[in-house]
Amino acid sequence: MEARAAAAPQVVAEDLTKRFGSFTAVDGISFRIARGEIMGFLGPNGAGKSTTIRILCGLLRPSGGRAFVAGIDVARDPERVRERIGYMSQKFSLYNDLSVAENLRFFGGVYRVPRAELAERMRFVVHMAGLDGREDALVATLAGGWKQRLALGCAILHRPPILFLDEPTSGVDPASRRRFWDLIHGLAEGGVSVLVSTHYMDEASYCNEIALINQGRLIALGSPGKLKRSALGGELLLVECDKVGAALELLPQAPGVLDVAAFGNALHVLVESAERGLVELPRYLDAKGIDCRNIARIDPTLEDVFVRLVAGGTRGEAPRP
Amino acid sequence: MNALRLRAIARKEVLQVWRDPRSLMIVLLMPIMQMLMLGYGVNLDLKHIPICTYDREGSQHSEALLKGFAASEYFDVVKVATDYAAVTAAIDGGTCRMAVVVPQDFSERLTDTGASSVQAILDASDDNSATIAAGYAQAVIDQFEQNVQIWFAGNHGQSMAPPPPISLESRVWFNEDLESRNFIIPGVVAVVMALVGAQLSSLTISREWERGTMELLVSTPVTPMEVMLGKLAPYFVIGLLDAVLCLVMAVLWFAVPFRGTLLTLFATTSLFLVAVLGIGYLISVAIRSQIGASQIALLVTMLPTALLSGYAFPIDQMPAPIQWVTYLVHARYYVTILKAVFLKGVGMTALLEPILGLILYAVIVAFLAARAFRKRLD
Repeated sequence: MEARAAAAPQVVAEDLTKRFGSFTAVDGISFRIARGEIMGFLGPNGAGKSTTIRILCGLLRPSGGRAFVAGIDVARDPERVRERIGYMSQKFSLYNDLSVAENLRFFGGVYRVPRAELAERMRFVVHMAGLDGREDALVATLAGGWKQRLALGCAILHRPPILFLDEPTSGVDPASRRRFWDLIHGLAEGGVSVLVSTHYMDEASYCNEIALINQGRLIALGSPGKLKRSALGGELLLVECDKVGAALELLPQAPGVLDVAAFGNALHVLVESAERGLVELPRYLDAKGIDCRNIARIDPTLEDVFVRLVAGGTRGEAPRP
Repeated sequence: MNALRLRAIARKEVLQVWRDPRSLMIVLLMPIMQMLMLGYGVNLDLKHIPICTYDREGSQHSEALLKGFAASEYFDVVKVATDYAAVTAAIDGGTCRMAVVVPQDFSERLTDTGASSVQAILDASDDNSATIAAGYAQAVIDQFEQNVQIWFAGNHGQSMAPPPPISLESRVWFNEDLESRNFIIPGVVAVVMALVGAQLSSLTISREWERGTMELLVSTPVTPMEVMLGKLAPYFVIGLLDAVLCLVMAVLWFAVPFRGTLLTLFATTSLFLVAVLGIGYLISVAIRSQIGASQIALLVTMLPTALLSGYAFPIDQMPAPIQWVTYLVHARYYVTILKAVFLKGVGMTALLEPILGLILYAVIVAFLAARAFRKRLD
């Protein structure tokens, strides 16, 4: 029983769809989140990340598909789901005219945290958020990073097994972002399942699983390492040369080249084989009168993966998981 | 329904009202301002009507008659005319609302026939005031008539007293001084309570939408019923406190007699508050900006309660279709109750009809309000 309970996914989305009039915000998304797993939703603004999270929190009714949170059908029984989740909305939505302690006490009451435990849990959350000694400060007076950590604190006060965090780190300085991720890792180690959305590609490496989302569709799903290895369908070379514009146009016709993208002054060239490309590409460019100063094999970033998949997606070749 | 959640919501609402200057103004200043404005502004008593006299005879009798006008507290003789042109100018210019003209043959006809007449010229652009002024003028003339009869009898050597005039002597109950203020102030309390209650509760839900806190609130397990009751409970208490404030002002400041019991007053006020807060809450659910919601609340409470509640303008003098409309105005029932409680001192059994009306009203509004708020963003 124990083993089965632990193995059962905490969040299941099956072919989730949400339409607003003629606009499809979420288009047939499916995924699972296991206990203690951090799932990252990556994609540009307007990709459908927030809409998906809102459906899972029972705030929006799905137009199609099904969603189970803690084993409960969200569309059918949203109230039971709400007791088992913590939610941080994209826009800061604590009460600015209440103090830190008053906000915590409010959410403690709303989530029916037993009074005997509330003081202890509030102490824990205040300490976690680094707000010791500022309990009586009005939330309006707090800086962004503190607000964000307090919002997380309010979301975990009732110890939910599942957390939905919608762009929790947007607009927060890098040091605070780093600290925030440490907190999320600590929670996941304690068995909490976390679904976190972000448009910072560099934050993907903090997640166990990544779902790349674009225009309402899931275009890739897997661990960051797996995505970098396999989703590209080739190996990546960094090419530095003169006449970058001309090279960008010519290289796709070179043998063994799958895709070319400009990254600043350099080019990222996706090839079938890095070994061959390292030898053949400088020769190819040289023949066209372009001087190749540097060519090296690089590890792809998730941004490379994303750019490649989005380009594929627009050509209608998106790999559907 | 959970007590912990209700408490959490109610306490949060209290803190927010306490820290929101606009809400505090509505709670404290609005009742005082409205009581003073409506209490002093609407005065239906007609006293010291400016009049002008034109004595064409200049006899003992005519002077005695005009002295009667000068002595009356209802009239102020502001102009003594010496020709008709002056009379016309005084009425046209608005300096006088009535002119009393004594004809040249006034005494002659009085001594010859025992009957004479004077002319009253009235500015009837305000026909209500004109009718009342004419009534007061008649009273002054009646008084003069009695004196003349005594004098006439004495002059003709008759020792007998004048025949006892048969007159209607009305005995005014409940508002013995016929002070319109006593009649109006209890109604003003109803208008104030309707305004303040709807204003406050119209901000409750719209505030959450406007400040972006609604998204998180609906993601929690609170039920719509807990939201409604938790949010409105503090305003119910505030409403009762404002009722005390209004009562104290009515009795101590405006010196309106209070003859009823506090129990009747607070039981009916509680009912009225349920209806008032429910209406404000319904508006708040429908309109997602605070300004918009408070404007609508002002519109739907101010006009009906001011015009159709019967607080100043008696309902039984309205055209029949308008009288039917007044049954839709919650303040109608409460005004009836307040006037009876203040002036007559009757208990709840005598007020069964308006109390039942108020109960029905409160139940319907509470039912609609409980179903209005949905925990969804779409």
